[in-house]
Amino acid sequence: MTEIGLGHYLTLGAVIFSIGVIGIFLNRKNIIVILMSIELILLAVNINLVSFSIYLGDLSGQVFTLFILTVAAAEAAIGLAIIVVYYRNTGTIRVEEIDKLKG
Amino acid sequence: MEISIIALPLIASIISGFFGKIIGDRYSEIITSLLVTISAVFSGIVFYEVIQNQYEENIVIATWINSGTLDVNWSMKIDSLSAIMLVVVTSVSSLVHIYSIGYMSHDPHKPRFMAYLSLFTFAMLMLVTSDNFIQLFFGWEGVGLCSYFLIGFWFKKDTANAAAIKAFVVNRVGDFGFALGIFLIFYLFGTVNYSEVFEQIPTIIDKKLIFLGLELNAIDLICLLLFIGAMGKSAQIFLHTWLPDAMEGPTPVSALIHAATMVTAGVFLVVRCSPIFEYSELALNIITIVGMSTAFFAATVALVQTDIKKIIAYSTCSQLGYMFFATGVGAYNVAMFHLFTHAFFKALLFLGSGSVIHAFKDEQNINNMGGVWKKIPYTYTLMIIGTLALTGFPFLSGFYSKDAIIEFAYLKGNTVGYYAAGIGILTAFLTSIYSWRLMFKTFHGEYNNKAIKIEETHESPLVMLIPLILLAVGAIFAGVTFKELFIGYDGLNYFWQDSIFFLEPLSSDHPPFWFLILTPILVIISIPVAFYLFLKNKNLPKQIAEVNKPLYQFLINKWYFDELYDAVFVKSSKKFGLFLWKFFDLKIIDGFGPDGISSLIKKFSIKANKFQSGFIYQYAFIMLLGFSALLTFLIVQ
Repeated sequence: MTEIGLGHYLTLGAVIFSIGVIGIFLNRKNIIVILMSIELILLAVNINLVSFSIYLGDLSGQVFTLFILTVAAAEAAIGLAIIVVYYRNTGTIRVEEIDKLKG
Repeated sequence: MEISIIALPLIASIISGFFGKIIGDRYSEIITSLLVTISAVFSGIVFYEVIQNQYEENIVIATWINSGTLDVNWSMKIDSLSAIMLVVVTSVSSLVHIYSIGYMSHDPHKPRFMAYLSLFTFAMLMLVTSDNFIQLFFGWEGVGLCSYFLIGFWFKKDTANAAAIKAFVVNRVGDFGFALGIFLIFYLFGTVNYSEVFEQIPTIIDKKLIFLGLELNAIDLICLLLFIGAMGKSAQIFLHTWLPDAMEGPTPVSALIHAATMVTAGVFLVVRCSPIFEYSELALNIITIVGMSTAFFAATVALVQTDIKKIIAYSTCSQLGYMFFATGVGAYNVAMFHLFTHAFFKALLFLGSGSVIHAFKDEQNINNMGGVWKKIPYTYTLMIIGTLALTGFPFLSGFYSKDAIIEFAYLKGNTVGYYAAGIGILTAFLTSIYSWRLMFKTFHGEYNNKAIKIEETHESPLVMLIPLILLAVGAIFAGVTFKELFIGYDGLNYFWQDSIFFLEPLSSDHPPFWFLILTPILVIISIPVAFYLFLKNKNLPKQIAEVNKPLYQFLINKWYFDELYDAVFVKSSKKFGLFLWKFFDLKIIDGFGPDGISSLIKKFSIKANKFQSGFIYQYAFIMLLGFSALLTFLIVQ
C-alpha cells in the first residue's frame, strides 16, 4: 500500500479540472451542466490549494479555499438566477440554441 | 468691327445656350438671328473694303501658345480669301438662322438648336480667319463638333445618333492626316504661322523624308497629309460616307453645314495652302484624280436615290469634287468662285427641299411626292432657280463657275487635265439629269402621297420664304456679278493679291468654241430628256433598271462603300474591341485586379465568419487554447 502523497492529490485535481473543461466544451445539452463544470474547475483548484497548503504547512492556502468556496456558492446562485431569468425570456436553456452572439 | 464679326456669333451662342431657358424660345431665336445678321453685315462691309481698297490686315487678338519656338496667336487674318469665306459663312448662316425660326417652330429645343448654329458659325469663322495652322485646327475641330451636335440634334432617333457618330469617326480619319501634316510643318519649319511657313517652302524643295518606309519629298508629304484632312472634311471619295448619313439632322443644318460652309473647309484649306501645293505636282495630280472621281461617283449615285435630301447631299459631294479638281489643275481662284456660287444655290436647294418636306409633313421620299407645284408655287419657283443654277444653265451662277472649272481643266493641257475636263462634262450632264429627276418627281406628275391629302399640303410661312428668296437672288446673280472679280484678268492682279499663289501664271488662252458650248448644250438637252424619262414615259427608267439590274443595284447601294467599310473596318474593329473587352478587360484586368481581390477577401471573410458561431463554449475553448499556448510558450522559454 503506497502512501497517498502530493502527486496523487495534484493528479486528482488535474483530472477533475480536465473533466470540468471537457464538460464545458463537449456539452451540447444543458446550460446547467456548464455551471456544474465551472464548479468542478473551482473545486479542482481548491484541491490543489489544500494539498499544497498541507504539503508546505502553510494555512493561508486553506483560508483561500474557504474564500473560494464562498465565492463559488455566490457565483452558483447568481448563475442559476441568470439561467432562470434567461429561461423565462427565451423559453429554452439548451446550449445549441443560445447563439445570440452570432454576427 | 472686324473682331465683332467673330465675337457676335459666340455671344449669341452663349446667350442662347446658357440662358435660353430664362429668356425663352422667341428671344433666343431673335437674339441669335440678329447678332449673326449684324455679323453678316459687317462681313459685307469688310468684303467691300477688300474689293475696293485692297484692304488687308492681320489682327492679333491674343497670344494663345508661346512655348519655345512655337508661337501661336488668336488672330484674324483678313485678305481677299478670308473675306470671301466671311461673306459666304455669315450670310448663309444668318439666312439659315432666320429660316430655322420657321422650320423648327414645332421643335421643343429651339434655344439649343440656335445656340449650336451660332457656335458653328463662330467656329467656322475662327477656321477661315486664322493666320496659323493651330487656330485653323481649332476651328476645324470646332465645326466638326458642332456638326456632330447638329446631326444628332434629334437625339431620340437612333439613326440620327448613329449618323452623328459616323460623321465624327470618319472625320477623325481625315483629321489624323491633317494633324500629322501640321506636326510635319512644325518639325520642318519650327513655326505654324502661314506667312513664315510659306516663305520657307522654296528652301526645302529637294528635302526628302522617310515615311512608312517610303522615301518621299517633304513637300509632297505635307501636301498629301493636309489633303487627307481636306478629304475627310469635304467628303471626298473614300471618306465621303458620312455626308449622306448626315442628312439625318434638321434640314437647315444640312443647308448650312453640309452644303454651304463646313464641307467647303477642305477646299478652303487647299486654296489657303496654295503656296505649298503649287510646289507639289504629285499632290496636285492626286487632288485632281480624287476630285473628279468624287464628282463622277457622287453624280452616278445621286441618279438613283429616292430620298430628296440624300440626292442633294450626293450632289454636294459631287460639286465639292469639282472644286477639288479645280484646285488640282491649279485654278484656285476658280475653285473659290465655285465655292462661292455653290454656297448660294446649294443652300437654296436644301432650304427649298426643307420647305417641301415641311409641306409634306416630314416626307422625304420623292416617290411619295408629285403634282404639288401649283400648291406650293413659291417653293417650286425657287427650287427651279436653284436647280438651274446647280446644273449650270446659261447665265445663272453655276454656269459661270462650273464651266470655268471645266475650261481650266482643259487648258491645263496635260493628260490629267483633259481627263478631268471630260469627266467634268459628263458629270455636268449627270448632274442635270438627277436634278431634273428630283424636280419632276417632287413637283410634277400624279400626287403619290397616301399619308396626307393634297389639300393639306401648304406653302411655308414667310419667315422661311424670305431667306429662300435672298438665296435665289444670290444663285441668279452671284455668278455674273463676281465673275470678273474672281476669275477675270483684273481679279488676278488686283483682287487676289497674295492670298493665293501661282507658280506659273494661269493660262489666259481660250478653249475652242465647240468646247465652250458643249456643256451648256448638254445641260439644256438634259431637261427634255429628264422630262421624257421621269414624267412622260415612266416605264423606260424602270426597264433600264430592269435590264441593267447589277448596275442599278451597284448604284442604289452607293457603290457598296458602306458595306465594304463595314466588312473591312467596322466588323474587324468591333471584333477586336469585343476581344479586348471580354478577354483582356474582364478576364485579365478585372480578374486579377478589383474582382480578384474582392472575391479573395470575400472568401476569407466567409471563413472568418464561421468563427463567430455565437456559442459561448466555443469562445471559451478558443480562449483556453490561446491561454495554454501562451503558457506553454512561456514555460518552454
